[in-house]
Amino acid sequence: MAVVGREAQARRFAGLERRGQVRLALLLLPAVAFLLFFYGYPVAAMLLRSVNDPAWGSQNFEPLVTARSTIDLVVAELPMNAYVRVFGITLQIALGVTAATLLLGYPVAYALASLPPTQANLLMILVLVPFWTSILVRSYAWMVLLGREGLINQFLVGVGFAGEPLQLLNTRGAVYVGMIHVLLPFMILPLYAVMRGIDRSLLRAAENLGARPSQVFRWVFLPLSLPGVAAGCLLVFILALGFYITPALLGGQRDVMVSMLIQQQVTQLNWGVASALALVLLVFALAIYVAFTRILGVQRLFGGARA
Amino acid sequence: MTMTAATKTTSERTASERTFGAVGAAVRFDGVEKRYGGGAVVAVDGVSLDIAAGEFLTLLGPSGSGKTTSLMMLAGFETPSAGEIYVDGEAIAAVPPYKRNIGMVFQSYALFPHMTVGENIAFPLKLRKRAKAEVARSTKDVLDLVGLPGYEGRYPRQLSGGQQQRVALARALVFDPRVLLMDEPLGALDKQLRERLQLEIKALHEQLGVTIVYVTHDQQEALVMSDRIAVMDAGKIEQIGTPNQLYEEPASRFVASFIGESNFLAGRLQEQVDGHAVVDVPGVGPLRASTGGQHAVGDEVVATVRPEKIVFADEAAETEFNAVEATVESVVFVGDAYRYEARLGGGQSIVLKRQHRAGVAQHVRGERVRVGWDVADGRLV
Amino acid sequence: MSAPSIAGPTTTERVAGRRVSGRRQRPSVGRVLLLTATGLVLAYLVFPVFVVVPLSFSSARYLQFPPPGWSLQWYQNYLSREAWTSATWLSVQIGLATAVLATVLGTAAALGLVRGRFRGREALNAFIVSPLIVPGIIVAIGIYFFYARIQIIGSPLALALAHTALAIPFVVINVSATLEGFDEKLEWAAMNLGANRWQTFRLVTLPIIRPGVFAGALFAFITSFDELIVALFVSGSGAVTLPRRMWESLRQEIDPTIAAVSTVLIAASVLVLAGAEVLRIRGERLRTGRVPDEAAARGAVE
Repeated sequence: MAVVGREAQARRFAGLERRGQVRLALLLLPAVAFLLFFYGYPVAAMLLRSVNDPAWGSQNFEPLVTARSTIDLVVAELPMNAYVRVFGITLQIALGVTAATLLLGYPVAYALASLPPTQANLLMILVLVPFWTSILVRSYAWMVLLGREGLINQFLVGVGFAGEPLQLLNTRGAVYVGMIHVLLPFMILPLYAVMRGIDRSLLRAAENLGARPSQVFRWVFLPLSLPGVAAGCLLVFILALGFYITPALLGGQRDVMVSMLIQQQVTQLNWGVASALALVLLVFALAIYVAFTRILGVQRLFGGARA
Repeated sequence: MTMTAATKTTSERTASERTFGAVGAAVRFDGVEKRYGGGAVVAVDGVSLDIAAGEFLTLLGPSGSGKTTSLMMLAGFETPSAGEIYVDGEAIAAVPPYKRNIGMVFQSYALFPHMTVGENIAFPLKLRKRAKAEVARSTKDVLDLVGLPGYEGRYPRQLSGGQQQRVALARALVFDPRVLLMDEPLGALDKQLRERLQLEIKALHEQLGVTIVYVTHDQQEALVMSDRIAVMDAGKIEQIGTPNQLYEEPASRFVASFIGESNFLAGRLQEQVDGHAVVDVPGVGPLRASTGGQHAVGDEVVATVRPEKIVFADEAAETEFNAVEATVESVVFVGDAYRYEARLGGGQSIVLKRQHRAGVAQHVRGERVRVGWDVADGRLV
Repeated sequence: MSAPSIAGPTTTERVAGRRVSGRRQRPSVGRVLLLTATGLVLAYLVFPVFVVVPLSFSSARYLQFPPPGWSLQWYQNYLSREAWTSATWLSVQIGLATAVLATVLGTAAALGLVRGRFRGREALNAFIVSPLIVPGIIVAIGIYFFYARIQIIGSPLALALAHTALAIPFVVINVSATLEGFDEKLEWAAMNLGANRWQTFRLVTLPIIRPGVFAGALFAFITSFDELIVALFVSGSGAVTLPRRMWESLRQEIDPTIAAVSTVLIAASVLVLAGAEVLRIRGERLRTGRVPDEAAARGAVE
C-alpha cells in the first residue's frame, strides 16, 4: 500500500515537472504557429509547385539540365544553358564577395580588437552606420559615385587618367563593389566579437615563450580567430547567394543572379519554373549552412547580425 | 557594530520594533529522491531527515553530494522524483515556490539589480499586499536589524559584498518566513568577514527563533554555526549529529576525513575487551581504540585518531595509552602549531599537531621519536 | 657566477623597456600599415553613405558634383508629393505594427527556448531563425503565391504580417542573448519571495532584459522599414512602401528627390544609433547607480 502510494506520488511529481516544461513550450506556440502560417506553409506550398505546376512531373527542372534552354530569357549574350550559367555567375559572385570581405574585414576587426574598448566602440560606429542604412540608399550612393557623370569619373577625367568617362556602372565590378559594401559589416562584426574574446594573456604567454609578433599571430591569434572567420564567411556567403537589390541596380545585362532570374520567371508567370529555381537555390544554401555548422561547428551565427 | 548591538539601539529608539522570522517551523524530509535524465543521475538518494522547529541545521558535504539539490527541493525550485517534504506537518513537495513562505539567501545573493535596497526588501511585502506604512516600517526595522540603517536608497552595486549579504538576509527575513534557507551565503566573502558574519548569523538565529537550513561545504563554518549537522555524500546522509558528536564520534571514514583532519591506520581486529578493540597494525603492533561500529574479530578495520590528540611520548604518562615508534618526515610551522608527519614501522604515516609554547622541545626531520595517544581518542570506523 | 646573474636581469629589463616604449611612441611598420588599411576600409564603408548628403541640397536637376548651387527644392519635393509622403507614412505604420507583433511573439518564444528543457527545442529554434538563412526571394514568392490565392495582395496589414515573419528571428536572437546572460537565480529569488510566474516576469525578468527587448524591437522595425523584396511582390498598388517607391524612382528616372529621402533616412539611422548609445549609457548608469557620485561631483564644483 505504502509502495503504491509512493509510486503514485512519484508519477504526480513527474507530471508536475512535465507540466512546467509544457508551460515553457507553450510560450513558443504563438510564434511557431504564426511562422508556420505566414512563412512555413507559403514557402512549402511554393516549393511544391516546382513538381506540380502546371502538372505533376519534373518538367520544371528540365531547363536546368537540358543543353539548350528554350524558355525566352531577357538575358542578353548568355550562352546556353542560360540557367546553369546564372547559377555559375551567382556562385562566382558569392565566393568573390566572401573572399573580398574576409580580406578587407580581417585587418579592420584585428585593429579594432587591439584598441582600447572606448576607441574601438567609437570606430565601430563607422561600421554600424552603413549597417543600419537602407540598402536602397547605399545602392543609390554607388549609382551617384559610379555613374557616367559620377564623382569617380569626374575625378578620373579631371586628373587626365581617362580621356572620357568610363563605363563603371552596370558592370560586374559595380556589383562586387556594392555587394562588398553591404556585406562587409556582416564579416567584421562576428570577427570582432571573436577577437575581443581572445584572452590577451595567451598572447603574452606566447611572447614570453619566445615567439616574435608575427609568430604570435600565426600560431596563437590566427587559430583562435578562426571561429569568427568561419561564422563571417558562412553568413556573407549565404546572404550573397540570395542577393537581389544590389545586382539589379548596379549590374549590367550579363550580371544576372539567381534571385533576379526567379523574379523574372514569376513576372512571366512561369511559376513552376520559378519554384524549381527557388528549390535548387534553397537546397544549395541549406546544404552550405548545414555543412558549416556540422563540420566546422559554427555557433551563434546570428548574434546581433542583420540580414 | 554587530547586528545584536544594532537591534538594541533600535529597541531603545523606536516603539515599532518587531521580531522577524515569526515562530520557526519543523521540517521533515521523508525518503526524498531526485533523479535526472530518466533516472540515470541520482542527485539525492532517499534522504530522510527531521529538523526541529527553531533548529539551525547544516547540510554539509562536497560539491555534488546532493546538499544544494535538497535545499532547492525544500525551496520549491526542484520537484522530488519520489518522497515527500513536510513543513509543520504539511506536505509541500508539490506546492509552487511562491506559496511556501520560506525565506532564502542565495549564494550570489540574487539582489534585483534594477531595484534599490529598499525596493528589494519591500518586494515580498508588496506582493503580500501589506499597507504602505507597514512596508516602510518593516523595511526600516529589518535594515536596523542587519546593521544597515538608512541604506534604503542605495543600489545593490553600490554595496560591498558583506553589505549585499546583509541585504539579502534582510529581504529573506522581512516577510516573517517559517523557515530560512541559506545556500553557501558566505562563500564569496573573504575569510575575516566570513568569520564575523558566521557569528552574527548565529546570534541572529538565537534571537529570532526561525528554523534555519544552511548549506555549506566548509566544515569549519558548519561546526561554528550549527545546532546539528547532516553530512552528505553521493546523495545520502552519512551521519547526522551535533558538531561535537560528528567530530568526536565520526561514524564513517568519510565523515572523519571531511570534518577536521584525521589519521587512518589500517589493521586487523585482534580482540575486543571491555568495549575496547585491539587492532594489530602491521609493523607497529597491537593498538587499542574505542569501538565505533560493528566489527568481528579478524576483520580488516581502520582506526582513526585526530592529529591534535597525538603527543610525543615524553609528554605522556598515563597508562591507557598507545605508544609507537616513528621517524619524523617533515615539520611544518602552521602558525598556532607545528604539524609533524611521522612514518611508523609498517610504512603508514601519521600526522600530529603540537602547540608551540616555551619549553617544548623541537623535533627535527629524520629524528626517531615515540608518539602516543589516549586509548579513548582512537576509534574504529 | 655573481656578475652574469646581476647583468642578466638588467639586460632583459632594458630590452623589455625598449620594446614597450617603442610600441607606444614609434609604432612598427606593420602597425602603421594595419591602421592605414583599416582607415581606408572604414572610409570605403562610410564615404558612400554621406556622398548623397550634399547632393540633396543641390540646385541642379541632374546629378552633378560638386553641386552648382544650394537649394532645399528636393526636400520641398519630398514633403509636398503625396506619393512620397504617403509611402513614408505607410512604411512607418507597417514598421511599428511589425515591431509590436514580432516583439511580443519573439520575446515569448525566446523565454521558452532559453528556459525550456523539452525535447524538440533545438529543431524549433532552427525553424524560428530559419527566415534569416532562406534567401529573401524565396520567402517573397512563397508569400506572393499564398497572398495571390487568398487575394490579399496590396493590403498593408498583410504586408505587416509577412514582415513580422521576417522580423521574429531578430527579436528571438536579441532577447535570447540577453536572457542567457541573465542570472536565473533572480527569478528564483522573486518566486521565493512570493511572486507568481507572471509577477516574476513583469517585475524582475522584463525590467532586466528590457535592453534586449528594445534592441529586438528596433531590429524588427528596421527589418520592415527597409524591406523591399517581399514588398515588391505583395504591396500591389494599395500598399506602396517607401523602399518600393525608392526602387521605382531608381529604376526609372533618377530625380534628386531620392537624395533628400536618403539623407533623411541616413539622419534617422544616425539618430537611432546615437539614441541607442545614450539609452545604453544611461541604463548602465542607472543600474550601477553612479547618479549620487555625479551629484556629489557637481556639488564639489559648485
